[in-house]
Amino acid sequence: MARFLARRLGLIALTLWLMSIAVFVITEVLPGNVAQTILGHSATPEAVAALQHQLGLDAPPPVLYVRWITGFVSGNWGDSPSLQTPISSLIPGRLFNSLVLAVAALIVIMPLSIAFGVLAALRQDRFVDRIISITGLSLMAVPEFVSGIILLSIFGIWLHWLPTSSVAAGGDPLTSPQYLVLPVLALGIVFFGYVARMMRASTIAVLGSAYTRTAMLKGLPLRLVLRRHVLRNALVPTITVVMSSIGYLVGGLVVVENLFSYPGIGGLLLTAGLSHDVPLLEDCVMIIAVIYMASNLAADLLYAYLNPQIRYSQA
Amino acid sequence: MSVPNLSIPPESAVGPAPPVALPAARRVRRGVALRGLLHTPSAVVGLAITAFWMLCAIFWPLFAPYSPDAQDFNALLAKPSLAHLFGTDQLGRDVLSRVLAGSREVLTLAPAATLLGLLGGTLVGLLTAYYGGWFDEIVMRVMDAIMAFPFIILGLLILAVMGPSTLNVILVIGFGYVPLTGRVVRAAALGVRDLDYISAARLRGASGLSIMLTEILPNITGPVIVEGTVRVGYAVFAVATLSFLGLGVPPPSPNWGAMINDTHIYIQVSPWIVLAPTLAIATLVVAINLVADGLRQAVRA
Amino acid sequence: MSSRSGALQEPPARQSTDPVLAVEGLTITYRGPQGRQSAVRDVSFALHPREAYGLVGESGCGKSTIALAIMRYLPANGRVAAGTICFDGRDLLGMPASELQRLRGNRIAMVYQDPGAALNPSMTVGDQVAEVFEAHKGCSRAQARAAAVQMFEHVRMPGAADVARRFPHQLSGGMQQRAIIAMALATNPSLLILDEPTTGLDATVEAAVLDLIVALRGEFNAAILLISHNMAVVSRLCERVGVLYAGEMVEQGATSELFASPRHPYTAGLLACVPRPGTRKDADPLIPIAGRMPRLGEEFAGCSFAPRCPLVREACRQEKPPLIAIEGERLARCFYWPEVAALHEAHLTRDRRPIATATNNRDDGTILSVQHAERHFGRPSHLIRAVNDVSFDTPRGHIFGLVGESGSGKSTIARCVAGLLGLTGGTITLDGRDISRPVEQRERADIKRVQMVFQSPEATLNPRQTVRQMLCRTVKALTDRRGTALRERVEELARLVHLDAGLLDSYPSGLSGGQRQRVAIARAFAGDPDVVLCDEPVSNLDVSVQATILNLLADLQQRKSVSYVFISHDLAVVRYLADQVGVMYLGELVEVGPVERIFAPPFHPYTETLFAAMPTLNAALPTVRAAGSMPSAAAIPPGCPFHTRCPRVLGEECATQRPPWQQTDGGHMYRCWIPPDRLATLQQGTWSAEPRKEA
Repeated sequence: MARFLARRLGLIALTLWLMSIAVFVITEVLPGNVAQTILGHSATPEAVAALQHQLGLDAPPPVLYVRWITGFVSGNWGDSPSLQTPISSLIPGRLFNSLVLAVAALIVIMPLSIAFGVLAALRQDRFVDRIISITGLSLMAVPEFVSGIILLSIFGIWLHWLPTSSVAAGGDPLTSPQYLVLPVLALGIVFFGYVARMMRASTIAVLGSAYTRTAMLKGLPLRLVLRRHVLRNALVPTITVVMSSIGYLVGGLVVVENLFSYPGIGGLLLTAGLSHDVPLLEDCVMIIAVIYMASNLAADLLYAYLNPQIRYSQA
Repeated sequence: MSVPNLSIPPESAVGPAPPVALPAARRVRRGVALRGLLHTPSAVVGLAITAFWMLCAIFWPLFAPYSPDAQDFNALLAKPSLAHLFGTDQLGRDVLSRVLAGSREVLTLAPAATLLGLLGGTLVGLLTAYYGGWFDEIVMRVMDAIMAFPFIILGLLILAVMGPSTLNVILVIGFGYVPLTGRVVRAAALGVRDLDYISAARLRGASGLSIMLTEILPNITGPVIVEGTVRVGYAVFAVATLSFLGLGVPPPSPNWGAMINDTHIYIQVSPWIVLAPTLAIATLVVAINLVADGLRQAVRA
Repeated sequence: MSSRSGALQEPPARQSTDPVLAVEGLTITYRGPQGRQSAVRDVSFALHPREAYGLVGESGCGKSTIALAIMRYLPANGRVAAGTICFDGRDLLGMPASELQRLRGNRIAMVYQDPGAALNPSMTVGDQVAEVFEAHKGCSRAQARAAAVQMFEHVRMPGAADVARRFPHQLSGGMQQRAIIAMALATNPSLLILDEPTTGLDATVEAAVLDLIVALRGEFNAAILLISHNMAVVSRLCERVGVLYAGEMVEQGATSELFASPRHPYTAGLLACVPRPGTRKDADPLIPIAGRMPRLGEEFAGCSFAPRCPLVREACRQEKPPLIAIEGERLARCFYWPEVAALHEAHLTRDRRPIATATNNRDDGTILSVQHAERHFGRPSHLIRAVNDVSFDTPRGHIFGLVGESGSGKSTIARCVAGLLGLTGGTITLDGRDISRPVEQRERADIKRVQMVFQSPEATLNPRQTVRQMLCRTVKALTDRRGTALRERVEELARLVHLDAGLLDSYPSGLSGGQRQRVAIARAFAGDPDVVLCDEPVSNLDVSVQATILNLLADLQQRKSVSYVFISHDLAVVRYLADQVGVMYLGELVEVGPVERIFAPPFHPYTETLFAAMPTLNAALPTVRAAGSMPSAAAIPPGCPFHTRCPRVLGEECATQRPPWQQTDGGHMYRCWIPPDRLATLQQGTWSAEPRKEA
């Protein structure tokens, strides 16, 4: 097991490194550049070139890369040219807000979708299953902003049950949870569809397995068979697949935050992209990448723990 | 006793099953896959809706009551009425016409991007599955790095840099799909690569290219087709989302995601101008996925 | 706490002659795309207390379906259409769910074919056995665990307490099956159903598991229903046997009598198509059963065996024969059963038609020479030594049989010879030319001279190409024929393997297993090879089809003077077919020599255990067993690789130094520290010097 984890850790580190190169390469192709952004569109080329030289931005790309990546890793993130503030003051607050949203979505959605997935598998090909399968498929397919708008229309406008913007005047999402409901739902709906279908497929596979047959033919009560033999084996692959697809959540965050004007890191990222703010863009993407990779690692740890074939290597 | 619904073949004998094996409850023979598709009610619904939108994309000038750019300054944000079935937007343009017209863009971008992704992915998947070794390792690491970016982030990054345009959107989505499709093709090809008929082909001196094209590829068309259909659905999803974020094709061409982006602030006042394109996206995407799901079941049998 | 004391649920009081299991007129149907089709028709049999009854038949005959029906676990589209199943006088088919649950695992238990898949991968095996005690005996967790360990000791599991804490993937196949047996016998059930319990296990492991079952019969009360396609296993274990064909019982009776003098043409046919000791390809072609197995749902107006029966008359096709009672418990479903005895005699004493024998081609030189071949996988820290220092020569026109269990490296060396894998050491020479490279680097002229026939008929043909397309491609690649010559060659190949020309334009899905193997053989012969490697070509085929393919292979070999390297785990087939034999263990060749020398003492102790594990009909074999299970190729024991399991291990030298080659006469040699004279003396005490007589 230790070897497995070491290997995964190494892979993740490698992937993060490759990602940082990709991010850097992509952003350095930018026609607009940092100096231009600071001075505005009306600046003369000479002024731009002068500022670039002053900021040290005309060094060769590998140098710039090393400078950026070492700065990132050590916490010196510099300033955002478009917002004229230190990046390190912008990101943490926003990141926290986004994490609140994401974690809430996970906590609410996972148990529900697992339960529905198992139910569909137990009633396979019957009416309940068809409903759940098709609903899951449909929910999975619909973009978050689409479901967000539909939810907004129903619960915010028509029924007036929930507020239509996402933050109260104070700006701290935790203090007024009703503002979180719609964004969390919008974010989680896609996830629900995905997890429910995965769980259904996994449970169906396990129900048809030889060891489920053994358990039934041992005369064990059905409830026990379901709990110890079916669920335990069906959950493991689902949980790990789910955890490593948290990337969907991250993508959804950008959209949902935009729709509900929620002050999270997705919104910050979008702003940075649209205004060609290279340093902010790079740092935001890397932070998201690190968080995402951390969740992958957590998924791997969980998988290694739950799967006896990894936890106890071959005797 | 409610015995869980099973389909274990009861003949677990050592010899091969007789040519017509003991059937599972709903088995469809190969070559009858399309007919099986038509037996699934959800897939039929999906096909119907998709067909509707495809017709729209081609023939919308015949259906739209107004030109999508025509502005009627007397009817800004008008409520739905006989004149304007879905009302008008903040610039007086008929919403229905804009929605119908917007289908063309979505249904050109999404299939084009998917095709690009499929071609690239098939190439990558076949090569890595067949040759394996360090080539496979390296390519897969790179693919993983690309896939590790949540897709929207990647799209955002690249489009912010390259500037939004039709070609760029196709390239971004297509490029972003290469790793995903590549994985699926690779997995399918790996399932076939170690079979004895591939070894037999090697034993007659067939070249790698010949084996990949004539032995492996024809035997993985099923999963590839299913994957392709699913990808089209997600491409629509991606096009709409990117447009919504302001990164899609720039105006003035009518474009569902951008329409929503422009008008969602008016949702309290005129919900229909937001809901119309929203529902358009929802129905198209769900329809395509229903078809893909039906295909997946038909192919698996 | 003994598993047999305390709260044993006593079955209702009954007389000892009442059957434990009574199946009457059982008919089971499946719902398919063409409606309901019957898989089992009107089958009746009964088991008496502590009796062992075998159900024998080839694949598709319905035997596993019957077992599932008894357990009331048919798939959703299966249904018992008619008949009754009574257990201990109680009707099983109409039993309510709660009562059924109390019976399952408690009074009726089952052992399965693939033990690895039948165990929950996320629970320890000890806990899985303990579950039975908890559910049916009301034990606490701790008591149940202790009882489980005791059961493991009953089933001779080495290191019982330790094993109980392990997960299934950490156990070998034999140990997994012991765990399943422990689970089944935990509550001392009245009925134990064994569904192909040793299929898929290596021969030596199979022998050990069968030993265990035989031993346990004395300690537990169970009546046994054994389902198998392997008549030899059934004959070892069961007192009575029923033969199934196409879902019907065609014969029933006492095992020894039935296999000695069958009363149904199908049984006689089955017995005739298995190679028997003392028979050889040159003199005794196997007698296959003509025709093919009926498909599911195929109905017959008359006897279902009529299309294939050598004794068929008009009456057979028109009227379905009932099960006719012959002397006592003997039943046979044939109008002409008295003639079967003569048929069986004719099979045994058939005219020895000499085919031109391999001796005509002797001393024509060596075509294939493998010298010190080595193939390793993996990193130096974790090296899998699949093949080590293997050398053998195959003369022209000879069949070299390579035997060994799974993990012996025989498939690996074959793939190296074919060029599908490269060698990491040693050389392979074809007719003097060095071909030690992978096939992609070989000369075109060499490629067509070495070809291969593979094991699985399912995977051997491209499902998307017709037979003709595939053969055309092969001929085109391996020869210079084009156009008309190409077409003619393809048709010639089809004739060569007795494949009906009408099938040339079929896809593999329209061919049976036997037909697919024929196509594979035609493909191998497309370029007139000198050496054909046959990797278990008949192991996945039904017994009746095996005979046809073996005959074909023998015939082709003679006609074309081709050499084979014939790999098999089935010693009977190798003894029938091969001219020389090599025995492999853990990547090494431990014995090699002419076939008649290999199958008589002195032989290598490993070979000895292989012979002792070979179940045969009507013969009791000495019990010589290898201890434990085969180590993995990543951890080969030092010295002699077999010393950890050898029944004749000497001691120090075996564990530390590689044994030398010992030579006996006729080109026979083996690797052991025991010299031939001593070994011969030791072994002749256990074995008779004559080849085993068959009854």
